[in-house]
Amino acid sequence: MPVLATVVALLIGAVMLVLMDADPIRAYQALYEGAFGTKNAVADTLIKATPLLLVGIGICISFRGGVINIGGEGQMIVGGLAATALALSMPDARAEVLIPACLVASFAAGAIWGGIAGVLKAYFNVNEILSTVMLNQVATYWMIYLMNNTLIDPDQLTAASRIPETDRLPRQSDLPRIGGWLDSIYDWLGLGGADAARWTPTLLHVGTIIAVVFAVLVYIFLWRTTLGYRIRAVGKNPRASRYAGIRVKRYTVLSLLLSGGFAGLAGGIQVLGVRHRMSAEGGAIAFTGNAGFNGIVAALFGKLHPLGAIPASVLFGALLVGGNKLQRTVQVPSALITVLISLVIVFVVSSDLWSRQRARRRVAVAAAEPAASPGGSAAIEMDQAK
Amino acid sequence: MIDQLLDSSVLIGIAASGIRLATPYLYAAIGETFGQRSGVLNLGVEGIMLMGAFSGFWAVYHTGSLLAGVLIALLTGLLMGLGTAFINVTLKAEQGISGIGIYLFGLGLSDLLFQQSFDSVVTVNGFPRVHVPVLSRIPVLGEIFFQHNLLVYIAFMLVPVAWFVLNKTTLGLKIRAVGQNPQAADAMGISVARVRYFTVILGAMLAAIAGASLSIALLNVFQQNMTAGQGFIAVALVYFGSWRPFGVMAGALLFSTVNALQLWVRTKGIDIPAEYASMAPYLLTILALVLASQRVDQPAALTKPFERGE
Repeated sequence: MPVLATVVALLIGAVMLVLMDADPIRAYQALYEGAFGTKNAVADTLIKATPLLLVGIGICISFRGGVINIGGEGQMIVGGLAATALALSMPDARAEVLIPACLVASFAAGAIWGGIAGVLKAYFNVNEILSTVMLNQVATYWMIYLMNNTLIDPDQLTAASRIPETDRLPRQSDLPRIGGWLDSIYDWLGLGGADAARWTPTLLHVGTIIAVVFAVLVYIFLWRTTLGYRIRAVGKNPRASRYAGIRVKRYTVLSLLLSGGFAGLAGGIQVLGVRHRMSAEGGAIAFTGNAGFNGIVAALFGKLHPLGAIPASVLFGALLVGGNKLQRTVQVPSALITVLISLVIVFVVSSDLWSRQRARRRVAVAAAEPAASPGGSAAIEMDQAK
Repeated sequence: MIDQLLDSSVLIGIAASGIRLATPYLYAAIGETFGQRSGVLNLGVEGIMLMGAFSGFWAVYHTGSLLAGVLIALLTGLLMGLGTAFINVTLKAEQGISGIGIYLFGLGLSDLLFQQSFDSVVTVNGFPRVHVPVLSRIPVLGEIFFQHNLLVYIAFMLVPVAWFVLNKTTLGLKIRAVGQNPQAADAMGISVARVRYFTVILGAMLAAIAGASLSIALLNVFQQNMTAGQGFIAVALVYFGSWRPFGVMAGALLFSTVNALQLWVRTKGIDIPAEYASMAPYLLTILALVLASQRVDQPAALTKPFERGE
């Protein structure tokens, strides 16, 4: 279904392009070229996919646990802030210490931000959709405040422009680039001829690998551990879980803690791997790139399965990166990509009607089977279970 | 700061701009109240507001007619509402997520259309202030309540109308029945789907006017993402107001007055950092949600798609 949803979205996009006097074939060619045409383009796509994947695997946990975390934007921001503040306060630390410390800090900050919504939901009965949306705004203003005051680059403080951004973080905090490793693998395989474009000059960083490793770990966590099983059980049927002795409220908080943590990590990796500083220039969206929302799309597209989120993130990363080339080639604003992504999300969530009906028939046949099968659509069923 | 604040002209100014700033929240949140009362959470209000803001602005710019602006915005809302209802009611999508899709759709499309149709930032002549005869000359009260543009007055008149429709008419009874117990309503011969289509489309049309009230009355410009989260706040205000029109109005006024106060604090450059002042409304909303959640009058079928024969 998700593939069909994408195809339909692209077709609608083609109609819109025609209406705007642009050649859709040229436009989509440019989109593809921009996303995959060169090694540099592929690297950009993967860099863009990384925060989507991290947010997405967090979303897999929370949606499977029956909570709808819309707060990825805010959780990314506090994660980025934590990594930035820590890196700036330890300018002399060695990379082996500094990088892990910053990543842990960003995870923790995001987890706290998500955990607030979790506690509000579990113990104060506050709808998490609303509280996470509010917390996004709070995080945004907090970032703007810190960029203009506490964390501002001392040089900017005296400069006339006074850009609200931090100093460049210490070099040891930069995530290692992995282009060189890739090239040695290519050479070893005999693929990296001297003339071929090399990975080394690309900006691809180790954060992408970290994200993929976590996607695998989260898969194992959700489907191979008791804790993960309980999270899914609570999401499927909180009442039955309570009778089974699971402390439902704690698992609600845990789902949002972990979900927020991964979004926070996405923010930390953006800072250490891509920007090397934090900036409030251009608002929150300039920092997050809307990944807090687009990560939800990637997770849904991957059927709320962490491994499914990997190709889904690459697809949406490609759309976002290719959109810029599309804009340059056929002079159509890249906002078109936002529209296409919104259509995909609407189609996927609507077409879940099908998988839901199939699921119900399956349940009718094998009523005794406990818990979820991987790849089902928990987000859809959880409301019925409430 | 306090003695400055206690100056009567300052207080009147803050109260008046509180009333004015409440307008978009009122349209959007009253519309959303209808949807939620019937059991549909439309989280895409923000996107519909943006589309209403753009289309209304576009129409006023090209025709110079404010009426055309309002009508085009209403039409846009109707179309967005039809789509939203189809997704949420007919296709029974998970409403929290489909709402994000609708939000992104409005965010992207309004930006796209704006960049396609305008080369530079332009302004329009929006709704002028109307001084209500006699009433506007009452000292203090006249200045606060009766010197606004037409859309402000209509927004506030909408509140008792919405209360009346929801509580005193057959239609309102049907809406509440569908939101509380769709199975029973269905058994009594009420078409759950038809009622929900009606409320969602009505809500979307009001959301579109909420957007237009920004672009052709309050600010008279269009900018990408100009609603800046107000649609999400409107959804929260419905919870805050416990799904009652007058409660929603109280929430909208509280929120907008804090906002007006915050804007005033900013212009004064007082030692409270502006960013912390800007945060206040959102923290206040969270606090309000904590307090509101102690009551249990949420429509029982909210966010639950209706399946016959369960």
